[in-house]
Amino acid sequence: MADEVLLLDFWPSMFGMRTRIALEEKNVKFDYREQDLWNKSPILLEMNPVHKKIPVLIHNGKPVCESLIQVEYIDEVWPSKTPLLPSDPYQRAHAKFWGDFIDKKVYASARLIWGAKGEEQEAGKKEFIEILKTLESELGDKTYFGGETFGYVDIALIGFSSWFKAYEKFGDFSIEVECPKLIAWAKRCVKRESVAKSLPGSEKITKFVPELKKKLGIE
Amino acid sequence: MAERSDSEEVKLLGMWASPFSRRIEIALTLKDVSYEFSEEDITNKSSLLLQLNPVYKMIPVLVHNGKPISESLLILEYIDETWRDNPILPQDPYERAMARFWAKFVDEQIYVTAMKVVGKIGEERDAVVEATRDLLMFLEKELVGKDFFGGRSLGFVDIVATLVAFWLMRTEEIVGVKVVPVEKFPEIHRWRFELFEVSIKTKTTSFWAVTEVLTGVNGC
Repeated sequence: MADEVLLLDFWPSMFGMRTRIALEEKNVKFDYREQDLWNKSPILLEMNPVHKKIPVLIHNGKPVCESLIQVEYIDEVWPSKTPLLPSDPYQRAHAKFWGDFIDKKVYASARLIWGAKGEEQEAGKKEFIEILKTLESELGDKTYFGGETFGYVDIALIGFSSWFKAYEKFGDFSIEVECPKLIAWAKRCVKRESVAKSLPGSEKITKFVPELKKKLGIE
Repeated sequence: MAERSDSEEVKLLGMWASPFSRRIEIALTLKDVSYEFSEEDITNKSSLLLQLNPVYKMIPVLVHNGKPISESLLILEYIDETWRDNPILPQDPYERAMARFWAKFVDEQIYVTAMKVVGKIGEERDAVVEATRDLLMFLEKELVGKDFFGGRSLGFVDIVATLVAFWLMRTEEIVGVKVVPVEKFPEIHRWRFELFEVSIKTKTTSFWAVTEVLTGVNGC
């Protein structure tokens, strides 16, 4: 029986990008359904009644919510020669620790860069840079966060890189100057087909930010 | 009886009052894993804690043969993958995804919202209580037709949700509000009672210590 895979998503979402990448990495055919977050569809409300958020992965009618949970699910359901998570329990815990760190820290500080002004914005920018530096030091001189193979932590973070130019513009700073190794890592990742297919262009995101602020009622 | 080689070294840096620390003890006890507990003073963190968890500097931290693992949900998964007896997570990938979802929900939604009750009074407090109840209703519905969140036996979500059973429902006496009244949440109350039953039957020390504190309250 053929698998039916739907993804309820929103094109600029760095969280949705994770699920797209994971599905592409596994060569899973999926039906992408763009959602209007300001006019939520019945299917979104039905499939994610708890959070009413994207992305929602619907596999043979059953919904899986939360992007990193989806990535792990995808890895377990479509095991392949190139697993996204290591098989060793300690290394798995290590990878999931960093995925969780990215979840807890990156979005909140980045949002202040484009969404806030004055002192609040400066504080957000400072914190964002510190967080990226922590991640950069975790990356070290490795090709990817997991070592030689692209995986879970790379997938957790790479979507944010499509927003980097927007952060730089609104925050008036250069991420490359602050974290050159991370930028080099991002360039490597974007060369992968799964990532290239899943990330929108930087210019498109940068153009979108003022529209997003308007929708959110931010000056 | 789980196998244990004499070279296995399991240490838990934790805190007696922390639900995040207790849940690790519950898991280790259910798996019959011997461990050394090290009580941390979070107002005066040990250099060991700072060394083993430099990113968050928080408990719990599990140290297995010298290697540290932090973040309680990750520690639980690590324990489940390392000591295979009495599995905590289900086998089926979809069920596992659901278990992870609900665990995250307890920690990131219920806990965070419920904590806001502390120090609030009047209308503000009522609003937080309402918000907490709205979230708990999702858990209430999850329990319908099941003995535990894990089904017929205790699992990952049950261990995580001891935060609700033993802490949230305990703070009711402290804050003076019945956040989880039995009329609204019959399933949660029934589940909580079943948790006590398990702890008494299995004589799991961590449960036991907690229920000792609680048996003085309402005879349950």
